[in-house]
Amino acid sequence: METMHSLTRWLCRPLAAVIFATSLLVPTAHAGMIGTAVAVEQARVEQQRDELKRFLDRDEVRQQLEAWGVDPSDAKARVDRLSERELAQMSERMAELPAGGNEIIGALVFVFLVLLFTDILGFTDVFPFVKKTVR
Amino acid sequence: MILRRLCLLLALLAAGCAGPGVRTPPPSAGVELTEVPFFPQQDYQCGPAALATVLTWSGAPTEPEQLVARVYVPARQGSLQPELVAEARRHGRLSYEIEPSFGALLAELRAGHPVLVLQNLGLGWWPVWHYAVVVGYDPDADAVILRSGRRPRHVVARATFERTWRRAERWGLLTLEPSRLPASASPERLLAAAFELERGGDGSAAERSYRAALARWPAEPRLALALANRQYARGALAEAAATLERALAAGAVDGMLYNNLALIRLALGDEDGAERAARRAVELGGPLSDEFRDTLEQVLRARSRPLLNGTP
Repeated sequence: METMHSLTRWLCRPLAAVIFATSLLVPTAHAGMIGTAVAVEQARVEQQRDELKRFLDRDEVRQQLEAWGVDPSDAKARVDRLSERELAQMSERMAELPAGGNEIIGALVFVFLVLLFTDILGFTDVFPFVKKTVR
Repeated sequence: MILRRLCLLLALLAAGCAGPGVRTPPPSAGVELTEVPFFPQQDYQCGPAALATVLTWSGAPTEPEQLVARVYVPARQGSLQPELVAEARRHGRLSYEIEPSFGALLAELRAGHPVLVLQNLGLGWWPVWHYAVVVGYDPDADAVILRSGRRPRHVVARATFERTWRRAERWGLLTLEPSRLPASASPERLLAAAFELERGGDGSAAERSYRAALARWPAEPRLALALANRQYARGALAEAAATLERALAAGAVDGMLYNNLALIRLALGDEDGAERAARRAVELGGPLSDEFRDTLEQVLRARSRPLLNGTP
């Protein structure tokens, strides 16, 4: 009993100290306060949306969409309704677009991107991994 | 033998493109940051040398030898970009990756900021990776001035530099004392970079960065939120409230600001002000409108007044 008691004391004191120190180091955000991480994430998603809209503004993209019977302004309006997951999917692919140079790879990635986009929007149904949101 | 002196780095890059150089007219005014120190590179260790150069310049005296163990991977004879970025933060510096353009690079030089760059001195299919520090640009010779390898003042034609830089996706890093802002910064990128400092545990460095950014963009709601949250976290509630109020007065429109202002005012005992702010947040709505409504309820509960009829 005696040993038990001292063991508990031996354990509890440092533990209490650690808990107290942690509570000082990491100020528990007041319930309801919007944290900075939320704002950072929002900014990131917004940037992805803008990037995608700029992609749709490119002449070759507009031409490709029109050739497939998709109204480019329609497509752009739908970017706002894309989920964060779909946006991330597009951004990831857009990062693969070569800045210039290899035209064959460039053209392939380009067609893939436009198709991915029309798939997400529900205009086409090429890729099985795309979950359609706009019906 | 020459190649052995160069750094082979393990940056993850797709096949580059050895196309023609960028044909832009040479920018007009020249600049050279002569006060930037020089650390000659040992063996393949251009990463530690380049990082020590910019860290020391930024007011965090560092020797390359101190950095070797942290950012150099002997098996690969090189350093990774994320390791350099993280290491600069560990020294309390703001790590900021610039926009991949020569214009952004030049803007930083003109603001007095040396830029750590990654170059591929070889070709796309036979890469020779190298870190160096750009310290100047000479418009008459249309040449870039670098601290590179064992050369304290390496002058390269801009077209050549742009080709080697482009083959490394124009990667450029600033390491700044946090109250100093990149000349080419956007509020979003700055916020993200400063938040990384905070996430790494350096709240006071992050706070200095937020404060400087807010001085440049006083109506940027997310920066105001970030600074106020820092102030709140260290118990400076009145300061936090003032930060939010200033941003709102400067024209920031965002429910997040009102939401947090409401709770801070409540904690300060200003119940009327808290309710006004909470109601404004609910009015503005947006993706966080559920949180805003919870806040309003919390404020009204604290005032022990029932929720008004008609409030959703």
